[in-house]
Amino acid sequence: METPETNTPPAAPPSLTEWSLPGMGLLKGLAVTGANMVQSFYRKDRMTTIQYPEQRAPISPNFRNFPFLVYDGDDAMAGLRCTACSICEKECPPQCIYIVLDRDENGKSLKRPKVFDIDVSVCMNCGICAEVCPFDSIYMDGEYELATQDRFGDLVFNKQRLARSTDYHAKLRPVQAAAVAASRKAAEDKKLAAAAAKEAKAKAAAEAKAKADQEQPAP
Amino acid sequence: MTPDLPTILTRLQATLPAAAVAHRRNPGPSGQDSLLVAPEHLVAACRFLRDTPDLDFDLLTNVTGVDWPDPAKADAVAVPVEETPPPRGGFLEVVYQLFSTSRRAGPLVLRARTEDRQTRVKIPSVVEVYRSAEFQEREIYDLFGVVFTGHPDLRRILMWDEFEDHPMRKDYVAPDDYEYEPTPHDAVLEKAKPHYPAAP
Amino acid sequence: MISDPAMPYPPSANPSPVLDDDQLLHVSLGPQHPSTHGVFRMNVVLDGETVVSLKPVFGYLHRNHEKIAEGITYLSSMPFTDRLDYICPLTNNWAYARAVETLAGIEVPERAEYIRVITGELTRLINHSAFAGFFMGDMGAWGSALMYAFRERELILDLFEELTGARMMSNFMRFGGCRSDLPEGWAARAKTLIDGFPAFLDELEKLLTGNEILLARTQDIGALPKETLINGGITGPMLRAAGVPYDLRKSRPYGIYDRFKFRVPIGEKGDCYDRFMMRFLEMRESISILQQAFEQLPEGEYINPKAKLRSFKPPVGEAYAAIECPKGELGFHLISDGTFNPFRYRIRPPSFINLTLLEDMCLGLDLADVVLILGSVDIVLGEVDR
Repeated sequence: METPETNTPPAAPPSLTEWSLPGMGLLKGLAVTGANMVQSFYRKDRMTTIQYPEQRAPISPNFRNFPFLVYDGDDAMAGLRCTACSICEKECPPQCIYIVLDRDENGKSLKRPKVFDIDVSVCMNCGICAEVCPFDSIYMDGEYELATQDRFGDLVFNKQRLARSTDYHAKLRPVQAAAVAASRKAAEDKKLAAAAAKEAKAKAAAEAKAKADQEQPAP
Repeated sequence: MTPDLPTILTRLQATLPAAAVAHRRNPGPSGQDSLLVAPEHLVAACRFLRDTPDLDFDLLTNVTGVDWPDPAKADAVAVPVEETPPPRGGFLEVVYQLFSTSRRAGPLVLRARTEDRQTRVKIPSVVEVYRSAEFQEREIYDLFGVVFTGHPDLRRILMWDEFEDHPMRKDYVAPDDYEYEPTPHDAVLEKAKPHYPAAP
Repeated sequence: MISDPAMPYPPSANPSPVLDDDQLLHVSLGPQHPSTHGVFRMNVVLDGETVVSLKPVFGYLHRNHEKIAEGITYLSSMPFTDRLDYICPLTNNWAYARAVETLAGIEVPERAEYIRVITGELTRLINHSAFAGFFMGDMGAWGSALMYAFRERELILDLFEELTGARMMSNFMRFGGCRSDLPEGWAARAKTLIDGFPAFLDELEKLLTGNEILLARTQDIGALPKETLINGGITGPMLRAAGVPYDLRKSRPYGIYDRFKFRVPIGEKGDCYDRFMMRFLEMRESISILQQAFEQLPEGEYINPKAKLRSFKPPVGEAYAAIECPKGELGFHLISDGTFNPFRYRIRPPSFINLTLLEDMCLGLDLADVVLILGSVDIVLGEVDR
């Protein structure tokens, strides 16, 4: 049997039956509401409501609402980072993402989405798609005024409507975008370096071979 | 504090017929072993666990219903410690988690199994020992179809009274007109179409 | 049927010995008003103004969350847990993360545990202060107390928005830690808020606890013996108000709660007044835990780097893990068959099980007290119906 922790004395509750002069408790409470009413005229922390849409509450930079797709360069459709790997489609809790992989006429994968739809009437803004994406391609937006008059059609966003430039991302989430850009650049540099090293190696091998051929001319 | 399962098992076997309780090992990292109790001795076992002063399992926290269409899977999750013949067909299972508020011990996991999934689905209710099982057993009756004999008020609780199936069973098929929501997948929409008149 | 004299059941089996049925009044209370805790209905039988039978009716918000979870991955269920008890999503996340960690044997780094304690205790402040407001609403004093509580809740929600990205649907915990680290300056801002919180509690207590109407309405209402409460599976402030020092943070310590000095408040009688006061005492203890947590907050990882996010597959087995959420013991029972989806995903909802003894508490009282007792149980229908 476990011994109870010494710092757990069964806390003595305060006297639960504290009657005073009848009506005093009521008056004390009224004093509190009265003070709050008066203070609401001059204390900012007591007057907390604002007049939307003329005034808007500040939004935290981490606020997330609906995903978007990032593209590099100027052409939105050509520059999409998405490779249609369908990881987000599988992990999406309400299953609101629909992806079709684009293929050429031989059936070979082109590693880009032919269809990328998100039903924002089903989407619940959890951000799991952005978290699991291994290609830095999908992120959470901060846009929240998306009311439309068509309940079905206008709320299914296709890839044209989802695409946003890297500049948009950098403006929306500077810290995250900078980190992503740095890691992508590092990966790109590594790839370039690897390619260069490979080229150099191939070149050296070719030179060595040529040299060997020279030294031992074919009979 | 995890309860000392072998001792409890021996003591239970001394009070009940020895074959009524068996130790089942949990293969996962949680190490929460369980006791498989024959349904006809379940209430007696609970009463013993609650009323024996040095055991004092006074709180039945959780009652879970499980549908096992494939009995091999059930034995993989709750591995028999002694050699036992594998069950022949699928069954429904009820898992109980007991705690002791005074001794701060738990969870003690009990499990009871029905004979099959279709007709012989009776398990005695433990409501007379633990009131906390009242709504949870009703829920399992509602969603899995386990019939708790001796339950004072066994009615559907979450589904409506006219509902006929048991939705948490693994072979439950959702009706095809239950929602009309055009998701991008359109599978639901396609299924629902015959139930709605075409737009003029 | 029931042989145990200590637990007579059902309490309403022979309602009124004097009156026959056509002199009783059947009232369908709900599924909306009973001070709008949600779509909950009670079939009440009245003898004059006195309750002789009360049968709760559930299921108006039932969406079979447990079935949905069986068809999706472990990670995908995390945002759905936000929607159980939507007043305190972070403790729901925590309970689920803990269950999966128990199931798969994942270690949680120290800093992540501290972040969890901080968010969890802030959630307790939100829940309990909102409770005070809603409880006043049940009594007929809809307005001031609730709005004051919401004013303070907004400040905490602002912190949550900055940390998790959403005010209520946080989806913050991950298996093996948290989704992100505390933002720059967050801890300092949270600490300032916590330091100012006791002043708000003083104000709220001055507004409410001396109030004669509150005392008259709540004292000696809805009390039950503690043995009955334990037997009925009641947990949380409800149980502690009756004098049972059963708090999972002490009784089944999880995380790093053994590092903090705090007391478990217990009541005397277990009536509505004790339950109401219990929440205030717990908030003061939470503030003390938060202050200690901010002092001790270490540097380090916020998530176990070995924990997998994509394609997470726990080994075959089962696990039950629970935490002390503001409403009671919130547990998850998971069974894994070694695939990407849970084989069985069961929630032990405190709100639902705390309603087991609702009828026992209400019998013999007036109809107006029923609403009050329901309020003192502190339910959220998202969790009751799941």
